[in-house]
Amino acid sequence: MVKLIVKNLTVFGSYLILMGRTFRRPERMRMFLKRYVKEMAQLGVDSIPIVLLISFFIGAVICIQMKLNIASAWMPKWTTGYVTREILLLEFSSSIMCLILAGKVGSNIASELGTMRVTQQIDALDIMGVNSASYLILPKVAGLVTIMPFLVIFSSVFGILGAYGTAFFGKVLSPQDLTIGLQHSFNAWFMWMSIIKSLFFAFIIASVSSYFGYSVKGGSFEVGKASTDAVVSSSVLVLFSDVFLTQILSQI
Amino acid sequence: MIEVKHLCKSFEGKRVLKDINATFEDGKINLIIGQSGSGKTVLMKNLVGLLEPTCGEVLYDGRNFASMNKREKIKMYREMGMIFQSAALFDSMSVLENVMFPLDMFSPMPQRDRVKRAQECLARVNLMDAQNKQSGELSGGMQKRVAIARAIVMNPKYLFCDEPNSGLDPKTSLVIDELLSGITKEFGMTTIINTHDMNSVMGIGEKIIFLYKGRVEWTGTKDDIMSSENKRLNDLVFASDLFKKVKEVENEAENEE
Repeated sequence: MVKLIVKNLTVFGSYLILMGRTFRRPERMRMFLKRYVKEMAQLGVDSIPIVLLISFFIGAVICIQMKLNIASAWMPKWTTGYVTREILLLEFSSSIMCLILAGKVGSNIASELGTMRVTQQIDALDIMGVNSASYLILPKVAGLVTIMPFLVIFSSVFGILGAYGTAFFGKVLSPQDLTIGLQHSFNAWFMWMSIIKSLFFAFIIASVSSYFGYSVKGGSFEVGKASTDAVVSSSVLVLFSDVFLTQILSQI
Repeated sequence: MIEVKHLCKSFEGKRVLKDINATFEDGKINLIIGQSGSGKTVLMKNLVGLLEPTCGEVLYDGRNFASMNKREKIKMYREMGMIFQSAALFDSMSVLENVMFPLDMFSPMPQRDRVKRAQECLARVNLMDAQNKQSGELSGGMQKRVAIARAIVMNPKYLFCDEPNSGLDPKTSLVIDELLSGITKEFGMTTIINTHDMNSVMGIGEKIIFLYKGRVEWTGTKDDIMSSENKRLNDLVFASDLFKKVKEVENEAENEE
């Protein structure tokens, strides 16, 4: 038990040291901006199709489930739309979508940096006098944090479109009832909550995955292990921080 | 001049380098030779600061590298070029971008001059035609040549090469050796090469340091090797039939005289 605590504290300490090296002024702003744009495309824009696809179908399924399980004679007809919107805005588009992205983006970051480590590309940067942590990790963190709110908004929109899909094509409920439910007691703060949470999650996913990839020691087996560790750790941290963030942001 | 004084390095209590004392001479090709696992790469990583020595010091012109502050170390790094065993090219970049990278990061030159300088270096290693290829498309020998071009693009004072011939056929190894030798003379660099390729030792080695189980076992020139009485060195150098024959021929010639 003591060993486990010491090990985790050591990992946390190493993570903080790495972040200390990462958040330094870039040596060449031109090079940073080039990589920042590239990372936004690679980590964010390339994730748009999967985000849209999953959000559309989950939105549709939530709508069907709500209609089947909540709707009753004494419930207003708009309840299904209302609950679908709340679930999408408050949890699915921010937290669950980030969990899915932790798998896709986290493994991508960890395996890329891990491969660079084992093929000595990171050593090559260090030998040139480049702050390799800042050069490689900062654009990833900044890029994902920048693009994540857009992914959350796209996710919410496509989730709602999925719900409309069940109304128009599945005839689960009428589009009018769904629209009334979606508009009922709308609180704009929930949208902001979702975006704020996603910023934290994006930071966790990019920085934790970078840590595991950057710290790889050994060969290709360790790269695979780092990739798994990155996904598991960032997913757990996203879930853990979701509890605190939801509580804090709900009280504002 | 690079001096190593009483250097030792341990990993989790296991000593890999033991009291290394060596001098790498300016403007020459200094070879570190030894069997696999003798500590050559660990010594080189200590020389370039990728590893911190457990004890002892590495002196660049009399200044201890480990005790330099961050700014001094970065300045020192600008005077170094390194060719890694795996070439370590950035696989997300083209050949030209790889060679231009140190200039992009540190040189105040305008873009046109940076491209020109990188192309000069690529021309020096006969790879002008490959400048727009991705590094993954190149053969092992070509990757090493790109790594050489990238290492010399900033006109370094010190060139470090970790097993530059590993994984290459003898003919390509010869090309790499000739390039390293030519570049060292041309730019007046101090070159330090880790190798267990005896063709390189006899071809380009000017000063040779033989490591055995983490210790400096023997130091000398390539001419001294042929007459060395050190059994461990002889076991390494004359392990190949070719070198055995060379020694036999030399001995016969001496006897005839």
